[in-house]
Amino acid sequence: MDISFVIEKFILVAIIFGISLLIAMYSTYAERKVAAFLQDRLGPDRAGPFGILQPLADGVKMFMKEEIVPANSSKWLFMVGPGLAMLTACIGTAVIPWGSPITIGGRVIPLQVTDINVGILYIFGVVSLGVYGVMIGGWASNNKYSLLSAIRAASQNISYEIAMGLSIIALLLVTGTMSLKEITEQQHGFNWNVWYQPVGFILFMVCAFAETNRAPFDLPECETELIGGYHTEYSSMKLGFYLFAEYINMFVSSAVMATLYFGGYNYPGMDSMAVWLGPTWAPLFGTAVFFFKIFAFIFFFMWVRWTIPRFRYDQLMHLGWKMLIPLAIANIIVTGLVIAYIEKF
Amino acid sequence: MEPLTSKKKVLEQKPLTFAERMYLPAIMKGMSITISHFFKKEATIRYPEVEREFSTNFRGMHSLKRDEDGRERCTACGLCALSCPAEAITMIAAERKPEEKELYREEKYAAVYEINMLRCIFCGLCEEACPKEAIYLDGPIVPADYLRKDFIYGKDKLVEAPLEKK
Repeated sequence: MDISFVIEKFILVAIIFGISLLIAMYSTYAERKVAAFLQDRLGPDRAGPFGILQPLADGVKMFMKEEIVPANSSKWLFMVGPGLAMLTACIGTAVIPWGSPITIGGRVIPLQVTDINVGILYIFGVVSLGVYGVMIGGWASNNKYSLLSAIRAASQNISYEIAMGLSIIALLLVTGTMSLKEITEQQHGFNWNVWYQPVGFILFMVCAFAETNRAPFDLPECETELIGGYHTEYSSMKLGFYLFAEYINMFVSSAVMATLYFGGYNYPGMDSMAVWLGPTWAPLFGTAVFFFKIFAFIFFFMWVRWTIPRFRYDQLMHLGWKMLIPLAIANIIVTGLVIAYIEKF
Repeated sequence: MEPLTSKKKVLEQKPLTFAERMYLPAIMKGMSITISHFFKKEATIRYPEVEREFSTNFRGMHSLKRDEDGRERCTACGLCALSCPAEAITMIAAERKPEEKELYREEKYAAVYEINMLRCIFCGLCEEACPKEAIYLDGPIVPADYLRKDFIYGKDKLVEAPLEKK
């Protein structure tokens, strides 16, 4: 392994980490703006032009707040919780292919930190680890509301992971590979997986909403029942980490959805664009298209949050176990039958 | 039970139809409603920069008026303080000196005239009580402040700006 490879990966990791933090930061601003516009309001507009410095002001506020650790909490776990939530949110970005390989000064650099051949399983593992941050935080707070919220989060994530996994199996039947890089390359041009797996996409998206604890599945932080949920006892930047982790999760799951179903960095007419722009700029344009898709999904997340009321807990479980899982299994069977039919004839 | 009004209507809760149990059509409908609001003009007015227009009978901050020669009209009769239901007005009268003829219209004037804006209820009774047409509630909204003492407005804030000398 030569040193330039290490430097190249290091730079890529730093850029992706920075971008995901930046996007999470501005997602908080975008969320407030979108909420305001959907409700005929203005949203934050005091800090800087159009309020674009609002995330900075919020960040400074978070850091300046007094840090309170409850007397009877498990101190160590109380500190680990937010860190774990943040860590699991961030490491999901490692396997996402951000663009086709870029040529800079004769060197071909893949715009993906690592192309492991079980990329989907890795994402899946990271997403299921994400609930540990919530669980540990809720448990360590020594607060009944936090604990209830942690239990809710755990059972909700486990229930929806099953449906999510089953919807991915149908996708794997179509693609025949688990590497996110290969899945993206198969969707060249406009040959996106969503045309083959529309039901699978809807299932995956619903489960992604549940996994990221976003409305209408935000029962773990349901204010009316649980005060603040698992972060009731948290203050200062520890609370900030939890809120931040939610937005990074949203970014990562948007990226995963765009990669798996909406062609990642592929777009119609990309071959002629590649000839026109050359080997350096064409991949960057593809990356821009990918980010456009991600932003569209993030907007969709927010749009749904400010439209649909929260599910009741029994409705949540009913939807997960009695509707999504049978639907996902039916989807697998139909997909399998169709593929078997095509291969036979 | 005998219905008390003729408006009673028995609502029957029907089980959800299949389309309703799918949730998605209803969600689509809701989303289309919210996105239509996304493009509507917002109702908010950016207050300190833009102000909503007041109606003609709006009662805001008081102003002590001057007459056509730029002399203060108030003669410190105390009727405004007497009429004030919130007891917000305090004044100390003084006698006009001969060289002050340009400043005050009558021989007696208010040396101190204070309104406590935290007590004032902006009812406008002082305006009605004034025989000299010296006080009107025609100003803007009284601004917020940090200290109680800063809400006691003296003549420096209440009296109209002097007329421009031609």
